[in-house]
Amino acid sequence: MHISEGVLTAPVLIAGALLAGGGVAIGLAKMRPKDVPEVAVLSSAFFVASLIHIPVGPVSSHLVLIGITGLLLGWMAFPSILVGLTLQAILFQYGGLTTLGVNTFNMAFPALVCHMLFAPMVKSRLPRKVWLGGFLAGALSIILGGILIALSLAASNEGFVEVGTLIAASNLPIAIAEGILTGFCVSFISKVKPELLGMKR
Amino acid sequence: MHLEEFAEGKSFWHRMDPRVKVLALTAFAVVTAISDHLPALLLALGLGVTSILTAKLDMKKVGVRLLVVNTFVLFLWLFLPFTTPGEVIWSFSFLTVKREGLELALAITLKTNAIVTASIGLIGTSSVFSLVHGMTHLKMPEKLVHLFFFCYRYISVIHEEYLLLRTSMRVRSFKAGTNMHTYKTFAYLLGMLFVRSYERSQRIYQAMVLRGFNGTFYTLDHFHMRGSDWCALFIMGFLTALVGALQWGVLN
Repeated sequence: MHISEGVLTAPVLIAGALLAGGGVAIGLAKMRPKDVPEVAVLSSAFFVASLIHIPVGPVSSHLVLIGITGLLLGWMAFPSILVGLTLQAILFQYGGLTTLGVNTFNMAFPALVCHMLFAPMVKSRLPRKVWLGGFLAGALSIILGGILIALSLAASNEGFVEVGTLIAASNLPIAIAEGILTGFCVSFISKVKPELLGMKR
Repeated sequence: MHLEEFAEGKSFWHRMDPRVKVLALTAFAVVTAISDHLPALLLALGLGVTSILTAKLDMKKVGVRLLVVNTFVLFLWLFLPFTTPGEVIWSFSFLTVKREGLELALAITLKTNAIVTASIGLIGTSSVFSLVHGMTHLKMPEKLVHLFFFCYRYISVIHEEYLLLRTSMRVRSFKAGTNMHTYKTFAYLLGMLFVRSYERSQRIYQAMVLRGFNGTFYTLDHFHMRGSDWCALFIMGFLTALVGALQWGVLN
């Protein structure tokens, strides 16, 4: 889920960089020294997981996992996603350097929103509620991310409105798949390692 | 997992101080990204391609990278000429090709390829650890640098954990399809990956505390800017300024 280099205009790039910069600063301020290895190794796991492809109908899609990133990390999703995207830009030339700000914000903001909305459900210990919280976080984060991408494109040039709408719409089946996946994933973690979700044992 | 495909080599790019490369590429990418005049973009693409050619990289691998980037660009060519409002230069029933759309698609193609080729030539030729080290000296927030360091360090470790889990799934005849069983299996695989990552990070932190970690990483060796590095910084700065000059018409 990223916009490549050279597509967006300067005002959009600057706005994205400022918003992402603010989020990263808050995330880093909330990070205690003992959180650093945890956030970092989980970021490695998100990086590895984003290389996994799952079948969605006739095609396969790679996992995005913004919802679960948000549920596990809250504000610290901002620095985590920034690191992941920078590595992808350096190693594979996915996304890009000038678009880092916009792309980080487009993914980390939905993550944060999902954390605020659904973390209480996920911590509730009621199996159905936990699953539903995970499903909603997984699905909504993708939909929100798609809308933000469409908006960044549309704000850059009128000609992008149709492309943006198409991208946002094509995210719908992926949103459902990610939702189901996140629901099961969160149920698993709440049984096996509730500390990971910020709960006491 | 071999991630740094271009980091090994014998060109002068490989020997250059990573700080110089980061600074030069950032300036170049920013100027190119906000340019839209054809001469400026052509110069930028020329510079990017030159950096790849002089870095003596495996052209086949570079080609694969460029192909991936350009599939998105191709997707834009299918839309922008028709959807951008402007002067109609060709029409066929409800489809009309507009000059502004073609110009926009062309500008994006040049920009994207210019920046991507330059990032392969400049940043791709450094190892991630030397870039992280360079970031420390460029005064990036310390915690962010640590995050980078650990994240990159453990990607290959976590990837091995992942391969182990995938192997044990294959041993049990797992076959992926669009069904609940597949999603549930992948979800549990991911959950297990996160649990193991979390446990590993706890052990890492304990090991650090045991060795007296106080929040700082001490770097033992430092970069030295050689004459050639200053020279390279000056030349790349000048060439980036030239792109800017063509863009904003200072030369006319």
